[in-house]
Amino acid sequence: MSRAEALPGRGRWLLPLFGNEVVTVFRRWRTLVLLGVLAAVPVLIGVAVRIETRDGGSVGPRGDGQGPAFLSQVTNNGLFLVFAALAATLPFFLPMAVGVVAGDSVAGEANSGTLRYLLVAPAGRSRLLLAKFTATMVFCLAATLVVAVSALVVGVLLFPLGEVTLISGTTVSFGEGLLRGLLIAGVVALSLVGIASLGLFVSTLTGSGIAAMATTVGVVITVQILDQFPQLHAIQPYLFPHYWMGFADLLRDPVYPDQIWRNLGLQGLYAGVFGSAAWARFTSKDVLA
Amino acid sequence: MIETAGLTKRYRGGQLAVDGLDLVVPRGSVFGFLGPNGSGKTTTIRMLMGLIEPTSGVARVLGEPMPRAVGRVLPRVGALIEGPALYGFLSGHDNLVRFDAADPTADPRTRAARIGAALERVGLTAAAGKKARAYSLGMKQRLGLAAALLRPRELLVLDEPTNGLDPQGMREIRALVRELAEDGTTVFLSSHLLDEIEQVCTHVAVMAQGRLLTQGTVRELAASVTGRLAVGTPDTAEAVRVLKEHGVNDLTVRGERVTGELPGTGDLAELNAALVRAGVRVRAFGAERVSLEDAFVALTGEGFDVAG
Ligand SMILES: Nc1ncnc2c1ncn2[C@@H]1O[C@H](COP(=O)(O)OP(=O)(O)OP(=O)(O)O)[C@@H](O)[C@H]1O
Ligand SMILES: [Mg+2]
Repeated sequence: MSRAEALPGRGRWLLPLFGNEVVTVFRRWRTLVLLGVLAAVPVLIGVAVRIETRDGGSVGPRGDGQGPAFLSQVTNNGLFLVFAALAATLPFFLPMAVGVVAGDSVAGEANSGTLRYLLVAPAGRSRLLLAKFTATMVFCLAATLVVAVSALVVGVLLFPLGEVTLISGTTVSFGEGLLRGLLIAGVVALSLVGIASLGLFVSTLTGSGIAAMATTVGVVITVQILDQFPQLHAIQPYLFPHYWMGFADLLRDPVYPDQIWRNLGLQGLYAGVFGSAAWARFTSKDVLA
Repeated sequence: MIETAGLTKRYRGGQLAVDGLDLVVPRGSVFGFLGPNGSGKTTTIRMLMGLIEPTSGVARVLGEPMPRAVGRVLPRVGALIEGPALYGFLSGHDNLVRFDAADPTADPRTRAARIGAALERVGLTAAAGKKARAYSLGMKQRLGLAAALLRPRELLVLDEPTNGLDPQGMREIRALVRELAEDGTTVFLSSHLLDEIEQVCTHVAVMAQGRLLTQGTVRELAASVTGRLAVGTPDTAEAVRVLKEHGVNDLTVRGERVTGELPGTGDLAELNAALVRAGVRVRAFGAERVSLEDAFVALTGEGFDVAG
């Protein structure tokens, strides 16, 4: 079944609802708690590193290309706390937070019954879904920036700053390091598009916000585990977290953009597939609650 | 205003909630949609508002097919469906902002004024800043109504609007409905409260178990049911004898009251005179007013119970 939407002035079509959706998402207590937890992670890492290295010791695995933990460099340069915090939160904390928000987006409103009032307003099913999708993207960006900014603040407070030694050994100015950090935050935020789309799709399947959140978070954990088994290498390139850690390549000189492009391509694929599935489901769904 | 033909909904799980409904709601009417719990009123309203797809049949609202034309039709329709649903963490005012932002045809420049007027209309201006979580059921109901009144509407669809309201609140809602109807808004009002429908509606449709039993003006429906003759007297035995002689059937005695079927022909004054002539002390005499409830019981045969 297809539902025609009213199409008045182009700019006015989505903007008010999108703006209101964003405001509504960020006024929920749950959202603020999630962001608070994300902000606390860099603080914990920073304090832990600081305590452990008080007497000149070193921490963590050496940054020898085995995995971008960046922890060993934090004591020399606070900026590395940004990279370390993003690397630490990207596997679970960030996607779980996004899973909660995306999973709740449609199902939560179906649960509370507000969905029917949005639909008779009439929000238009495609338009509402698009507003929800874009608002979830805004949350992905906000969550990433909360981690990055919190890490930067803690890094500046607890550790020295200065020129940045990249993974490839070259040294760049602090300003360029900061710029690369911003770029990394952008890539990390975009890395979350896949799980956000998946969560939105799950959200259209059920009338229970809790069920949708739990399912989406469960998917994150399962896929992350599957990505660890070498036996599954045939399917791993299609798992949404597979290229996530590729963002570290932005800290090489020259930058190897290969993994990053693959990551963004994969996220785009997930957005396309699950976005379409969510749309197909939501525009034909009986809204009962 | 609303027209359905053969409208049918079978829910997943097999429940036939609405069965071949042919409804005609005239423009300008206050249309009462009456039926016991589970008779399919809310299901019908969901189909009219494009929330669910009919299993078969067609529904037209404001002359356009639903749910195909929701985008064109619903901005001109205000609705309260199955009670209010609000964002508890937002204030009453901000709830209205959200519902208004959801309407792509609503002008954001006039939003503040329209919200203020809607709050005023339902008497919630003082509580507008309070979180909706802290609202009583009646306040929530009022806020739901305010959302339906954010813009001038051609049609208002109200599903049990007085549910949860105190008598004062009920009176206010009724007054509001009358006021809106006077302004030319067509009101489609579902209820299982017979006297509520009787007090405000011009037209009525009666549902039971998903089927339409009847529809028409309230007057027609009441007229379709013959009223009863009632005689108040201490001499009940004598009264029964005289009435029976004069062809009154189905006589029952309850206390000092004798009732029976109104005779189709003849003058009631003659009957009264006959009673008096026979020495029956008549205290009261007359045809009982037929209420919608009597009509309903006559229609369903069993009264106002939930069918399984
Ligand atoms: N979501 C649903 N899934 C399956 N069956 C449903 C669903 N909603 C309602 N029903 C069934 O459809 C029938 C009609 O229900 P509906 O809610 O339309 O009644 P109603 O007339 O609005 O009743 P009430 O006066 O209690 O509000 C009932 O038998 C009910 O059990
Ligand atoms: Mg109902």
